[in-house]
Amino acid sequence: MALWNEETVRVGGVDVTAIKGGSGEPVLVLHDELGYPGWMTWNQRLAEQRTLFVPLQPGFGRTPRVEWLRNYRDLAGLYVRMLHELRLEPIDVIGFSAGAFVAAEMAASDPHIFKRMVLVGPMGIKPEEGEILDFLSLTVRSHLRATVADPENTPEFGAIYGGEMTPAQFEAFEDARTETARLGWEPFMHNPSLPHLLNGVRLPTLIVWGDRDGVVPRGCVDGYRAAIEGARVAEIKGAGHRPEIEDSAAFARVVKDFLKP
Amino acid sequence: MHIMWFTERAYSIHLPEEEVLRNRSFFGLPNKLFDPAKGAALLNQYLDEKIYSEELGFDGVMLNEHHGTPFCLGAVMDVEAAILAKTTKRLKIVLLGNPTPTVANPLRLAEELAMIDLISGGRLVPGWVRGAGSEQLANNSNPAYNREYFDEAHDLIMKAWTQPGPFRWEGKHFHFRFVNPWVLPLQKPHPPIWIPGLVSPETVVWSAKHRYPYVALATFLQPTVELWNMYTEAAAREGYQAGPENFGYMQPIFVAENQARAEEMGKRFLFGGGFSNFARPEWMFPPGYNSKEATRRLAHQFANPNQPGKSIMAAETEADSGASFDFEAARRAIYADYPQWQKNYQMIAGTPKNVIPKLRKVLEVLRPGVFSFWLDGPIPAADRLSCLRLLGQEVVPALREFGKELELVDPFERKPGSRPLASGVKPVAVAQPEALASL
Repeated sequence: MALWNEETVRVGGVDVTAIKGGSGEPVLVLHDELGYPGWMTWNQRLAEQRTLFVPLQPGFGRTPRVEWLRNYRDLAGLYVRMLHELRLEPIDVIGFSAGAFVAAEMAASDPHIFKRMVLVGPMGIKPEEGEILDFLSLTVRSHLRATVADPENTPEFGAIYGGEMTPAQFEAFEDARTETARLGWEPFMHNPSLPHLLNGVRLPTLIVWGDRDGVVPRGCVDGYRAAIEGARVAEIKGAGHRPEIEDSAAFARVVKDFLKP
Repeated sequence: MHIMWFTERAYSIHLPEEEVLRNRSFFGLPNKLFDPAKGAALLNQYLDEKIYSEELGFDGVMLNEHHGTPFCLGAVMDVEAAILAKTTKRLKIVLLGNPTPTVANPLRLAEELAMIDLISGGRLVPGWVRGAGSEQLANNSNPAYNREYFDEAHDLIMKAWTQPGPFRWEGKHFHFRFVNPWVLPLQKPHPPIWIPGLVSPETVVWSAKHRYPYVALATFLQPTVELWNMYTEAAAREGYQAGPENFGYMQPIFVAENQARAEEMGKRFLFGGGFSNFARPEWMFPPGYNSKEATRRLAHQFANPNQPGKSIMAAETEADSGASFDFEAARRAIYADYPQWQKNYQMIAGTPKNVIPKLRKVLEVLRPGVFSFWLDGPIPAADRLSCLRLLGQEVVPALREFGKELELVDPFERKPGSRPLASGVKPVAVAQPEALASL
């Protein structure tokens, strides 16, 4: 039996391709700036209890580019409309990295569309200390390696990104990086107004962060914690920017615990 | 034929080569290596050379700009162009080109260039470029919008120069509520525009559509012939016959009184890997800088089916491990290529008597109306001056004769795009690939 399937939903004239898998109450999953990496162990663990709904970001190859999207708030607006039209609100959300930025923008624009929010290694707020890694001036290979603390000992990292990169993969990554540049080049992967708009949001929020994250510094986590009253932080020891594959058991545990009925 | 010369205004004579090799690029070398006193002397030397070249009989001097690199100290070429506007009398001042996406203020650029044209008495030839990948990083210009910035900046500058103001500009990327530059160019309807390039097909076709001459910057002869043909076909679709007036070519050249000295200078051109050997992919191709088609070409080029297990990604990883880098091996590999450079006509070095027949071959193949010498590398000032003098006194007169004989009409003699071609008529090719076969 297939673990997941692909479907297309039409939102505002855009055909958004989405991955759907699992059973139970739906949860929105927003992938990161490199694109949806495939159905991983953590997906399967969570899919035992929940239906995962993963829209593939416009411009990343599978969903066509939308010319009027110029920043992450625009993308959040499109996704808010999608939830309205699919009557999925209120819904739990898990966002990864730039996907967490999008989730936070959605919450800032309409706090009632979410029940609970999980932000994993979230970009979107300028860190008080440190900088978000400038991955747009790295090769995709260097960027990928920077996303995990220990690439050689992260089996799922090897499974998705190991081996030879085919021309098709190279092109897909370049699509993702191009769209990310279009939305997040300047100011780089954050929105100065976001913390102010989040300030009035009352939404149960869990921030998951690997304590060896080389992409998003602790300062971003602190920024979110300061902006969203009551936000909790789950630190995954030894993990980098992809705790969901670096320690999928610990990741699934904290997320399931937070999202339990 | 319009004959000019070009130099990058490099800092390399004061630069340890190992620093460039270690960095695997000129771009990004830390600027603690820059000594302002030496920089001051060099910038003045480069300006003096250009002023001297007017005496020597060149028709023009060509400038460019780069940022964040010792490869080119002319970070703001309009500053140099303004000085030359006042200190020369006859030379064309050819700017190839202003990187409109990274300058990011087209109106300001229109004003700067108009002032240069006025001060020079109408001797300005502006050109536009997208800027190399690294320029986008050095100027924080979003590479994903590079082509859109380029197109929109071009349209705005041309409108500012040719349409009466004041008018509003509410574009996609640029917004001006009051476009009314009071200084406008002397040349009407606007200064002649030339477009330089490294054989990007998109730019070649764009230039043909706008009837702008295309100047190929030291590109290999075979692909240059192919792109000349592409330009000529695009010109035919626009309804005109392209000719030498639509094409320019830049040729690295080193001339000295004796062959050995010229060869020594030619080798210096490869210092640090020259322009291409050490360009890091992350700086050459920032995200979105290339079109989808160019990215696809790149992906297939790097995933070479003839070299399984040796993709671009593997190469990058190796290059990233700087610690084990063998400088001497890198240096040997670079200079071992020198004979190949000469064989491919990528560089011509020798006495005037030896280089003239080779230049004739290049002219026979490409038939450009604009020809530029390119002189670079860490070469002492006296050798550069001597090279310029020999070029001006001995090589340029010979090229002029060839130009007449081969009917290499330049864009000042015949307006590019001024020869109508009826729809459906096959255009006459400008380049002569048969001559290439004989090389």
